[in-house]
Amino acid sequence: MKQLTLIILAACALIMLVAASELPDWADPASPASSHLSPGFIEQAYEATHTPNMVTAVLADYRSYDTMFETVVVFLAALIIMIILRRTPHRRFCKILPQRPQRKGSDTVLKGAAQMIIPVMQIFALYVLGHGHYSPGGGFQGGVIFGASFILLALCYNLRFTLTRFRERLVLLCCAGGALLYAGIGALCLSLGWNFLGYAALAEILGVSEAMARSHGILAVEVGVGITVMAVMVSIYYDLASGGDMYEGL
Amino acid sequence: MDELFPFIIAKYNYWASLILLFIGLYGMIAKNNLMKKIIGMIIFQTAILLFYVSIGVKQGASVPILFFSEDHQPLLEASAYANPLPHVLMLTAIVVGVGTLGVALAILQKIQRVHGTIEEDEILEDMRQ
Repeated sequence: MKQLTLIILAACALIMLVAASELPDWADPASPASSHLSPGFIEQAYEATHTPNMVTAVLADYRSYDTMFETVVVFLAALIIMIILRRTPHRRFCKILPQRPQRKGSDTVLKGAAQMIIPVMQIFALYVLGHGHYSPGGGFQGGVIFGASFILLALCYNLRFTLTRFRERLVLLCCAGGALLYAGIGALCLSLGWNFLGYAALAEILGVSEAMARSHGILAVEVGVGITVMAVMVSIYYDLASGGDMYEGL
Repeated sequence: MDELFPFIIAKYNYWASLILLFIGLYGMIAKNNLMKKIIGMIIFQTAILLFYVSIGVKQGASVPILFFSEDHQPLLEASAYANPLPHVLMLTAIVVGVGTLGVALAILQKIQRVHGTIEEDEILEDMRQ
């Protein structure tokens, strides 16, 4: 059976490798992918949104619907993992659960290192989030770094300590709140008589030009994305590491 | 030989991502252990990410962040910057990949809890009984 799979897949791979020779050359500036939509984005994005980082401008302005539902997808992933795994162990049922190794004593070096690294990580995450207009970064990246700082805390201390610092209820509120902030910005634009997520509507409220309003709108939705991604990372880690009972992690 | 070398240079990014793609697909189909199937799925995803990002590369172009001259005028020339669209698409695809990986691992934990194993044939045997 394995040999048959290998032969079929090898034949498919061969066909596709032959077909790949028809594709445009690597790094060809005149390739179809680089010659239709993207010059327009590169030339107009700064004028329209005042955002030097075109990736951020396209992500949160031109393709903001896509990004909004991407955020919803991540939020749904966290909810589904919770539905699948979450349980409250019964007292008598606890004995049947596989015994996880209990950590004894305290790791001074580990905890000291975590104490030094975690604040720097969190400030760096906020920098990545806030500086997404001018350098590589944005909500997704900043959120992941921020979430990783909590995971580091859970790894170096333990899960229960982390749960006292960042409760499950708060994690879920952040998950939903970030997505809601994103959708709320869109609804605000809609209520001002523009399209959903048409950030130019914010120009009157903020008292700036339309392009600057779009820049501020991008920052606002990036913050929403960052909060959701951060909370989702932490939520996924809590559920997977403890097997859903939030009792003892890795 | 003089023609072959430019041909390889021009196409090897597609070959690399296609080979990775089929390694991942083989892992998903042929492996018996469900964890290895998930690893195959992640290799498959990574191959697609590489494919898209390699499409966005342009000869002599820089990262898609505007340059400013001394007098703060932006350099608005399409040939100076890499294509931003594949980067945007893959940025979101990476995050969705994390979501699918998380859900897959959660289902795997549940399977392990119910059947006591993550080997495919042993699970099927367990279900028949």
